[in-house]
Amino acid sequence: MPIKNKSVIFDRENLNKENPKEFLYKALKMSPSDLILEVRESGLKGRGGAGFPTGTKWMLASAAVSDKKFVVCNADEGEPGTFKDRVLLDEFSDLVFYGMIMCGYAIRANKGFVYLRGEYRYLLDKLLKYLDKMHEENLLGKNILNSGFDFDIEIRLGSGAYVCGEESALIESLEGHRGESRNRPPFPVNTGYMGHPTVVNNVETFATVPIIISRGAEWFTTVGTLNSKGTKLISVSGDCKEPGVYEVPFGISINDILKLVKAENTKAVQVGGASGHCVPKEQFDRALSFEDLSTGGSIMIFNESRDMLHILKNFMEFFVEESCGQCTPCRIGNIKLLEGVEKVEAGDCALSYIKELIELGKSMQLASKCGLGQSSPNPFISIMTNFENEIFSQR
Amino acid sequence: MIEIKDNILTQEISELIGKYGNGREALLPILQQIQAKHGYVSEFAQQEIANALDIHPVEVYGVITFYSFLGNKKKGRHIIRLCRTISCDLAGKDAIIRTLERELGIKFGETTKDEKFSLEFINCMGMCDQGPAMMINEQVFTQLTPHKIVDILKNFR
Ligand SMILES: Cc1cc2nc3c(=O)[nH]c(=O)nc-3n(C[C@H](O)[C@H](O)[C@H](O)COP(=O)(O)O)c2cc1C
Ligand code: SF4
Ligand code: FES
Repeated sequence: MPIKNKSVIFDRENLNKENPKEFLYKALKMSPSDLILEVRESGLKGRGGAGFPTGTKWMLASAAVSDKKFVVCNADEGEPGTFKDRVLLDEFSDLVFYGMIMCGYAIRANKGFVYLRGEYRYLLDKLLKYLDKMHEENLLGKNILNSGFDFDIEIRLGSGAYVCGEESALIESLEGHRGESRNRPPFPVNTGYMGHPTVVNNVETFATVPIIISRGAEWFTTVGTLNSKGTKLISVSGDCKEPGVYEVPFGISINDILKLVKAENTKAVQVGGASGHCVPKEQFDRALSFEDLSTGGSIMIFNESRDMLHILKNFMEFFVEESCGQCTPCRIGNIKLLEGVEKVEAGDCALSYIKELIELGKSMQLASKCGLGQSSPNPFISIMTNFENEIFSQR
Repeated sequence: MIEIKDNILTQEISELIGKYGNGREALLPILQQIQAKHGYVSEFAQQEIANALDIHPVEVYGVITFYSFLGNKKKGRHIIRLCRTISCDLAGKDAIIRTLERELGIKFGETTKDEKFSLEFINCMGMCDQGPAMMINEQVFTQLTPHKIVDILKNFR
């Protein structure tokens, strides 16, 4: 299923006119530092959710001193409501792989991994075939396009653990361990796979780089907002007539997204997946951007008929199950929040207790070891706060 | 009989070591292969893998129990995993739960007596625009309806 609206970047017809292989030629003719500079000047920020500037990440890894470095493409895509990386891997794998090669060239790494979630195993054969073809065409392997640069890509599968999308847990998993997040710092750009400098980027981030190299950083900055350049793929699901993957410019409002996907009677929109925020109707003029509503791409739409407490319970069950259990705020905190939801459901919960749980949620945001526990209270806080009337008047 | 089976498993593991090497990073790919072939990683297999990688068997056990696609207990030949996350929930997963349970005569978390099917839940599997969605083994099925379930199951019986 292709990307649904007219795309600026991920439009196969346009790309074919430009011949994506030329992008790689062009990149490998640049000096590594010029390549990084171009990515920095584009203002590209990570598409996986956290929004760290990609050029800066590459620069840090490039500056790190080591005999070995690695490039990792994060294709774990586990955030509820996100599926745009699946579409990219299926239809634009050339751009994803080219982006990884460019990163390798820029930081002087010779090996890349794609960490593909086990649920996407059915894409594996197609991707492996494509890698073989790239080898045949000298786009991978030794002395790529006679540039003197060697790079290879290996695909590793996940085995069903959401936390492995967190970059340090992902590295643990690649190394053959339980996917338990590490303390940060040190960051992967210094101490990553096997202790070597490693760039971990999202699928969409890698796929965007070749376009920036081809059309120039300046072109890229003409789309988007002050601090969020370019376009973003969003995965839209829930109550609307046309769910799917859309490419939208940063700065688009929730209202405009709802029109695009033909949603009616919308009560709330969950932006950023289970770990994101629930936006009520009154705030639908807010914009998708790193400055306002930041998202890895998940947009879930709820209409007037939906019970917000039911939705919140579903999210909290998700976190209780997916917490790696390493640190107490997350392991115990999520259970407490879920129990609170169940108490409300049973009509057995004092409003003052919910206020206490919101405070607990805020402590979890501060005290948890990794992004999972730091963000899992988000839906609890935003739904309990924005829909307090609905939730308590019914029970 | 058991001894022969074990010998074959030892042979398989040494072949996998040949393919993936004997470094710690080979552990997950090896476990995934054993899981795919046998449906679980037996205690004997855990021992053998630990020996081959020169790590403690508890390390192997720890990894198996962490990942939801790896298991140390025998399950049905076909594992059905239905997405229970919110978009599939809104799209009608509850009706699919009831259909699957009635058609197979078991509850979620159980395996049929003939060891053909196990029913499990999975968290969001990236098919949210086409829910309700489920996987049988590695295959993905979307936009499920009770009638569709009956047809799909026929092909696996
Ligand atoms: C619990 C958790 C799950 C995550 N899952 C993913 C994921 O599936 N894909 C992804 O690209 N980033 C995910 N991230 C973010 C990564 O840690 C990391 O920031 C990202 O891969 C960096 O790439 P980017 O800068 O290109 O976005 C996750 C983070 C957390 C805390
Ligand atoms: S915050 Fe949660 S997922 Fe992250 S390390 Fe702590 S227990 Fe594990
Ligand atoms: S919610 Fe079911 S696949 Fe995403």
